[in-house]
Amino acid sequence: MSTDTVTTTTRTPRSATRVRRRSTPPRRWLLVAVLAILAAFVVFPLYWMVVSALTSGGQSQSTEFYLWPKEPTFANFTEVFSTQPVWRWIGNSVLISVVTTALSVVVSLGAGYALAKYRFWGRGLFYAAFMLTIMIPIQVTIVPSFLVVARIGLVDSPWAVILPTAFDVVGIFIARQFMLGVPDAIVEAARVDGAGEYRAFFSVVLPTCGPLVGVLVILAFMARWNDFLWPMVVLQGAENLTVPVGLSTLTNNPAFASPWGAVMAVATVTVLPILAVFLVFQKQFVQGISSTGIK
Amino acid sequence: MSRPAETPVPTGRRGRRLTPYVFLGPAALLFLTFSLVPIVIAIALSFQDTQTLGEGQWVGTQNFEELGSDRLFRTALLNTVVFAVGTVPTSMAIGLALATALNRPLPGRGLFRALFFVPMVAAGVVVGVVMSWIFNTDYGVANNALEILGLGRIPWLTSPSMAMLTLILVVVWTRVGFCMVIYLGALQSVPAEIVEAASIDGAGPWARFRRITLPMLAPTTSILLILNVVFSLQAFDIIYVLTGGGPGFSTTVLIQYVFRSAFQDGQMGYAAALGLVLVAILLLFTLLRQRASKKAESFL
Repeated sequence: MSTDTVTTTTRTPRSATRVRRRSTPPRRWLLVAVLAILAAFVVFPLYWMVVSALTSGGQSQSTEFYLWPKEPTFANFTEVFSTQPVWRWIGNSVLISVVTTALSVVVSLGAGYALAKYRFWGRGLFYAAFMLTIMIPIQVTIVPSFLVVARIGLVDSPWAVILPTAFDVVGIFIARQFMLGVPDAIVEAARVDGAGEYRAFFSVVLPTCGPLVGVLVILAFMARWNDFLWPMVVLQGAENLTVPVGLSTLTNNPAFASPWGAVMAVATVTVLPILAVFLVFQKQFVQGISSTGIK
Repeated sequence: MSRPAETPVPTGRRGRRLTPYVFLGPAALLFLTFSLVPIVIAIALSFQDTQTLGEGQWVGTQNFEELGSDRLFRTALLNTVVFAVGTVPTSMAIGLALATALNRPLPGRGLFRALFFVPMVAAGVVVGVVMSWIFNTDYGVANNALEILGLGRIPWLTSPSMAMLTLILVVVWTRVGFCMVIYLGALQSVPAEIVEAASIDGAGPWARFRRITLPMLAPTTSILLILNVVFSLQAFDIIYVLTGGGPGFSTTVLIQYVFRSAFQDGQMGYAAALGLVLVAILLLFTLLRQRASKKAESFL
């Protein structure tokens, strides 16, 4: 596909949009109304999470129907932050997500480049083996993986989460697809100019990879921030948990005046950072998610 | 997607022959340590009888034979099918409907796209706890609202017959935005000229959709189908937090059962065998689907 056709096909409907938008026909408004109702239902659960976090136990543990608390309060937040190491969980999550994202992007870029731009013994084999691991759910290998991590002596350390998840098949796949699109000519030109293989990569190929890195960072960060099962299995001390794992330990915790309020407060803390990233980098997010689907 | 031109073999200096291994090295090392070794151990475990962390005993294919007479395995298999059939076509149909609606000029189109996409970014654990609160039988906002409307309270998660339905509803909620985004991308590549030509020939909107848009989306539908089935067969976090596989075993799907066998029952050999059966189902489905979509393409 050439870029020319892409721009023309997307431009035509857009200019048509502008002409028609001045007078949206009544049937369109009906559609908008239906979509608005649907959107309200779709967003409601997250709205309700925030509302419940701000509602006192007395009102939320009742059969009363309300959409906004009588007296919004931060009591749930103060209580859960003072009785649980929530700040530690946030710190652990930030550390693990940031380090894993950085590592996995480096690993994926290297692997993607090798698989796309070199012919070498074992290329097909490695590629097939990598892709096959997408099919294998983590639950199948979780006990053996734990045994491996335990043998290396990493249990309960952040590295137990970081190292195994730094290998990201989807990231490698996306990187390879992108690198296939980088013209061989520019790599060759660098070689002709006398640049070594690594210089060619770092000073010629890498600078063209901006959009790729953006997509990889967003996808990896979201996956690592939200990750649950593997961190739950390898992290054990209450101080060492990540936010989602910590959150899961709070349900049915009898220590709280309002367990649901405490749970919703931590849930809000879990979602807000990723939601903020989504709102700022919406385009890259959607692009990233789509590129996982275009196989 | 067009096939990229074949990469020329870098000729010349010998050092170059090692370069690809350096670039691939970190990935290969992590893959061997944390993927391949565990997979090999899992396969070995599936032929053993093990108690938690104790020495296993080789029992041949006994674990696989036991599956045949395990009633819980059959329940889990049936639940998995119900869950996949309940979530996959529904999410894809709603996603396609939303994409079609949002592919035309509409006020607030960008905002709608963002809003429908938002559930995608929430962690499975968060979705689990928030939904179990909303669908709480006694204090949940869903039942409180139903009561205001004069309808009775529904045991969303506490009755075995309702729990699977609620679970499907929740998972569809998280999945619709994904399907919408992928379909939106595909719809933009349907040439407007063909659709216009058909409408000049007198084809109504429904006929245009069925005869032109839908066939042109077939490759996307095929990919989405595979991805959604993989997602559904691997769905764990939400189920684990929302229902824990219960009440009873009403929402215990295969992946839940694998986890349960390994961690609650301490039957790691049996869990490994169960897991491999699940992987076999996934592979089989992907292969069948790929063959079917190749056939479909040759017809077009």
